[in-house]
Parts: sequence; C-alpha cells; structure tokens
Amino acid sequence: MKEQARDAVGDYRFGFHDPENATIRFDSGLSEEVVRNISAIKEEPQWMTDIRVKALHHFFERPMPEWGNSEMLDGIDFESICYFLKSSAGTETSWDEVPDDIKRTFDRLGIPDAEQKWLGGVTAQYESEAVYHSIRDDLEEQGVIFLDMDSGLKEHEDIVKQYFGSVVPYSDNKFSALNTAVWSGGSFLVIPEGVHVEMPVQAYFRINAKNMGQFERTLIIAKAGSSIHYVEGCTAPSYSTESLHSAVVELIAEEGSHIRYSTVQNWSSNVYNLVTKRGVAHKNASIEWVDGNIGSKLTMKYPAVILKGEGAHAEVISVAYAGEGQHQDAGSKVHHLAPRTTSRILSKSISKNGGRSSYRGMVQVSPKAHGCKVSVVCDALLLDEDSRSDTYPTMEVANNSCGVEHEASVSKVSGDQLFYLMSRGHTEEEAMGMIVNGFFEPFTKELPMEYAVELNRLLEMEMEGSIG
Amino acid sequence: MVTPLLSIEDIHVDVDGNQVIKGLSMEIRKGEVHAIMGRNGAGKSTLAHVLMGHPDYEVTSGSVRFLGRPLEELEVWERARAGMFLSFQYPQAIPGVQVGTFLRKSVQAVRGDDAPSNKELRMEMKKAMEALGVDRSFLARYVNDGFSGGEKKRLEILQMLLLTPELAILDETDSGLDIDTLRTVATGINSVAENSGCLVITHYQRLLDYLKPTHVHVMIDGAIVMTGGPELALEVEEKGYDWLQPTGTTGVLP
Repeated sequence: MKEQARDAVGDYRFGFHDPENATIRFDSGLSEEVVRNISAIKEEPQWMTDIRVKALHHFFERPMPEWGNSEMLDGIDFESICYFLKSSAGTETSWDEVPDDIKRTFDRLGIPDAEQKWLGGVTAQYESEAVYHSIRDDLEEQGVIFLDMDSGLKEHEDIVKQYFGSVVPYSDNKFSALNTAVWSGGSFLVIPEGVHVEMPVQAYFRINAKNMGQFERTLIIAKAGSSIHYVEGCTAPSYSTESLHSAVVELIAEEGSHIRYSTVQNWSSNVYNLVTKRGVAHKNASIEWVDGNIGSKLTMKYPAVILKGEGAHAEVISVAYAGEGQHQDAGSKVHHLAPRTTSRILSKSISKNGGRSSYRGMVQVSPKAHGCKVSVVCDALLLDEDSRSDTYPTMEVANNSCGVEHEASVSKVSGDQLFYLMSRGHTEEEAMGMIVNGFFEPFTKELPMEYAVELNRLLEMEMEGSIG
Repeated sequence: MVTPLLSIEDIHVDVDGNQVIKGLSMEIRKGEVHAIMGRNGAGKSTLAHVLMGHPDYEVTSGSVRFLGRPLEELEVWERARAGMFLSFQYPQAIPGVQVGTFLRKSVQAVRGDDAPSNKELRMEMKKAMEALGVDRSFLARYVNDGFSGGEKKRLEILQMLLLTPELAILDETDSGLDIDTLRTVATGINSVAENSGCLVITHYQRLLDYLKPTHVHVMIDGAIVMTGGPELALEVEEKGYDWLQPTGTTGVLP
C-alpha cells in the first residue's frame, strides 16, 4: 500500500520538503491541554479560549460523517497529527526577513514573483502561522484591512467577536468543530463600503512538516457596495504518512457587494482536505466560489452560499481531478431564503487511473423565496474504465414560482477525438491533455490569467505517463 | 526516379474481422492529384483512415511506404509530423479548446523546427483565413463545437494550408457543401497541391470540376477496378458505377 502511495505522488512537482526548523512544535495528539496551549501562546482573549474548548468537546462527541468516503475518513488517525507548529518568530512584511529556508520554498512556488506582478496583497502561511504578509499601500489607504487571522483577532477583536462562527458555527460539522478548537492562521479581510479592490488578494498555504495538521480560519467581510477577489493556493510535500488540512472560511457579503473566492488546491496525495466554506449574501450581493481540486487523498468540500437578501446571487464553479488513490467529493450548497435570488452551479470532474470523483450538491428554496432561478450543471469525464464518477444532487424546492434547471452528464474521451488530435501531430498524452484542459475551460477562464496558465500546465503534467 | 510520396502495395485491411480492402495498390508523387471515386461502402474512407493510422483498422497483408519509410513504423502523430494530413469527413469537436490555440499548437507540433514565430503564424493565418472566407471570430470558437458542416470543412482546409503537408488526403471533403463553399475549398486544395501530393476521396464528380485530378481511380468492393485520367471521372458521372463491376462478380451492363 505504502509503495503505491509513493508511486501515486511520484510526479507531484511540489513534493519537495525542507528541513523542519520549528521554533515550537507540539507533540502529536489532541486534548483540552493542546487547545488551551494554542490559545495561551497566541495570548487570546478568554472568549476565544472558551469557544475553542467548547468546540473541542463537540468534536470529540460528534460521530464521523457516514456519507462521503467513510472508509477513508475512518483512516484518519487524529492522535498522530501535530496540531500546532510554529516555524518562524513572527509574521514579516518583507520577504528578506522571512527565514531563508521558508523564503526559498515560497520562491520555488513563485509567490514573491506573482506578488510583484499582479497581486494587491499576499499572506503566506507555513504550517500553523503566517510567515509573510503584505498589502499594497493604496489599499491600506482606502481602509482595506488584510491581516492574518491571528493578528486580526489582536487588532480588531470586536469585529472578529461579532462575526467569528456566525456563518459556520463550530457545531456545523465534525471538522468545523475541530477547526474552531485548534484554528491557527488564515486571513482576515474587511473591505470598506464602496471600495473596489481591483487586483486579486492572495493567500498561499503550505504544509511542510510530516503528519501536520493545518487549520486556518478565514473571515472576509465585504461592506455595502464593495468588491474583492481573493485567491488561495495550497501545496504540501509528498510523504507516505498523512497530513490533515481542515479549514473554515466564512464570507459576509453586505448589500450590493461582490466577493469572488478562487481556490486551486493542489495538495500532495497524502493530505486529507476537509474544508467548510460558506458565505452569506445580503440584498443584491453576489458571492462566487471558483474552486479547483487537483490534489489531496480525500477532499470533502462543498462551498455554500446562503442567499439571505432579495436579489442576491450565488455562483459556484468547481472542478475536480481524481487520479490514482484519490477521491474528490466536492460540490456545492445553495440556500435560497429570499425572493428573486439566483444561483448557478457548474461542476466538472475528471477521473483517471482508478480515481473517484463525486458531485454532491444541495439546493434549497424556501417557501418565501418567490421568483428564484436555479441552474445546476454537472459534467463528469472518465479517462479510463477503472475510474469512477457519481453524482448526488439534492433539490428541495418549496416555492413553485422558481425556475430550476438541472443537467448532468458523464462522458468518456472518445478514441475518435484522440485520433483527430493525433492526426494533427499531437502525441496521445498531448491529445489527452488538450481534451482535459478543454473540458475544464469554463472553470479556467474564471481564474486570473497566471493561475489559469499554471492550472493548464499542472493538468498537462498529470497527463504525462498516463497513457498505457 | 524520385521516390514516390506514397506507395501502396497490395494491401488488405480488416475492420472488426471483416475484410474491407481486398488488395489495393497505388503510387502518388509530388504534384499529382489522385481522385478515388466509388459508392458508399466501397472502402474509400477506410483507406484514408488506414493511411493516417486509425487503431480500429488492421492491415493484414501488403505494405505501405510513406516518403520511403514503412508506414507501420510510424505512430499517428509521427505520420502527421512527417507530412501526412487527413481532412476528415467527420471532424471531431473538442469542446473548450479554441481554434486559434489548436492551430498554433498543431503548427508547432507538425512543422517543428520550421514552425513560424507567433507573429509570422498570425500573418499566415490571416492570409489563409482570407483565402477561405473565414471570419476572425473563428479563432475564439471551440474546435468544431457547434460548427455547421461547411464551417467544419473550412476548418479542415485551413488546417491543411497551415500544416503544409507533403501528402494531403481529403476524405469526402465535398459532401454537404454548397457550391460557393465547394469552390473556396477547391481553391485551397489546389494551392496545396502545387507542392505536394493529393489523394481526394469523393463519390461525386462535382469537386473534380475544380480540382483537375491527374489520376482517377474507381474503387468497388475494396479494390481499384479502373484507373484513368480526368476523363474517367466524367464517364463515371455519366454512366454510374454498375458497368465497372470487380472481376469475378456479375455486373449489370449498361
């Protein structure tokens, strides 16, 4: 089994790791003491410590979900995970101050370069905490708050207290409980009324240590009439032992605001990726999740939007790529609570070499939500006979004045498509790569150009050596 | 004497265990335009697919050499890179892949070191698209996705012009085209034919009005039953195929 796991990550480009030079590393295992220690190190207010402890007990009591992939979930050994690891003295605002080995990692990942070219702000998290953080001066002058979550709590306790857990309470699910108990790092972002942040703001999450648990917590508040595009990327080294990434993301889009949240998750295939992402959209606000799942061993993630105000809009565009030994269980949830709210879900998945991808989605329309529009499209592409794709769509529509569309398709790459492309000088792998990139195009075109190019390159690399 | 571009010697081809080509030989040289005529099911498209290397077709005996090399040694993409081009009767849709990107990548793959720079390629594209009456907006569309029959054939010919093949095989390129498109497409083929060899598969004579084939072959039941010059195409147009039954079968004389 282990041999197989190693083979499966053999081609992973970000699988390198650096020596661990931890300044603080907790022993593995989870207890109230661990949780209290995390809170103490961070010098948190009492109310936060209390929430953490409550959440921990909820986590212990809450059974593991019985849906998704129970077999893989039951394989998680929570006692072998390290819940807090600090690698650097603090969060720096200049790359020169970041410890050399960590800076080298982010250099290899191309983050400082991207920052200079096209980003409005960057936070780089390494293990449990942010090691680098910056925001463009002009954004700061307009009153945009962009901090790592730990600093956010220190500097804006009142805002955090008001919103923390308001969209995703710790009792939402087992993993939101775990995250609330041991959270560390993540982004805190507040966009003032009427401010449009033109350049995307990026967070990059890197796990370096073995058996690491990363539990970042992100809170984004877009005030009335503002807009923001937040982008995150994630990678980890390839180890034969498992790591756990369990984040919680909460978005609040006030009246007429617009939040776009883009993720390209490329964890190595020893990482469990169990993430709760949810946003609340008020009147005429719009929340878009653009969610790409390429890596990890098991991903269970269903970015959700609660359409609370009249005329609010939700858009969830996701792609999943499941290779050997991987299960991508992804989808979306949208709750239409107000009249004339609209939602569009587009989910595309590719399974290869025995990989498994599932679309799991839920759309609810409440009795009061007149004149809603719902569109759900999920397409799956199978690259070989051993791979698997399932769809689990749920629609609960309690108002008959709504327009609901749902389409699902499963297709295979046809021999004639491959032959056509090969007759134009492309090898079988190149041909497969073109078909795969084309299939994901509706997703890729929503990403910033640099991300889209990177994603296409990643997918082409995934196709290498894939043809038997 | 110059090595033929293509030389086929007595090939037999099976599809799903059925023999579809039953002993066929021909040679094509640079500057020649060979037309193969015949009814549906005569094995014409099979020949086109065999030459390009479709995996469903098995050559059970005989040999084919392309530019002097045994064809079976070359993978499909190697045949393309060596200078073989097939204009498909039913071009495949590749959703999400833009025509412009596809053309650029294909030109780079096929022409390799001789490929033009991006700027040169844009010029070449512009010229070829003007010649074929193709609008610029074509480049942003997805390959053959939602294309009309005529648009698909124009894209095939556009690819042919840009890939500068040594040997162009055109499989039923004329089917389903209105007369204006047919004329445009024929102009495209003629411009390629000057510097290469062409194998034009059709079951109508009308494309040949514009193409001036040097050789016309009539194919019936997996074999060439008659070869001649352009006049043979006219004769077939006039008399049909029934007078040309393969040896050993009972033909109905006109």
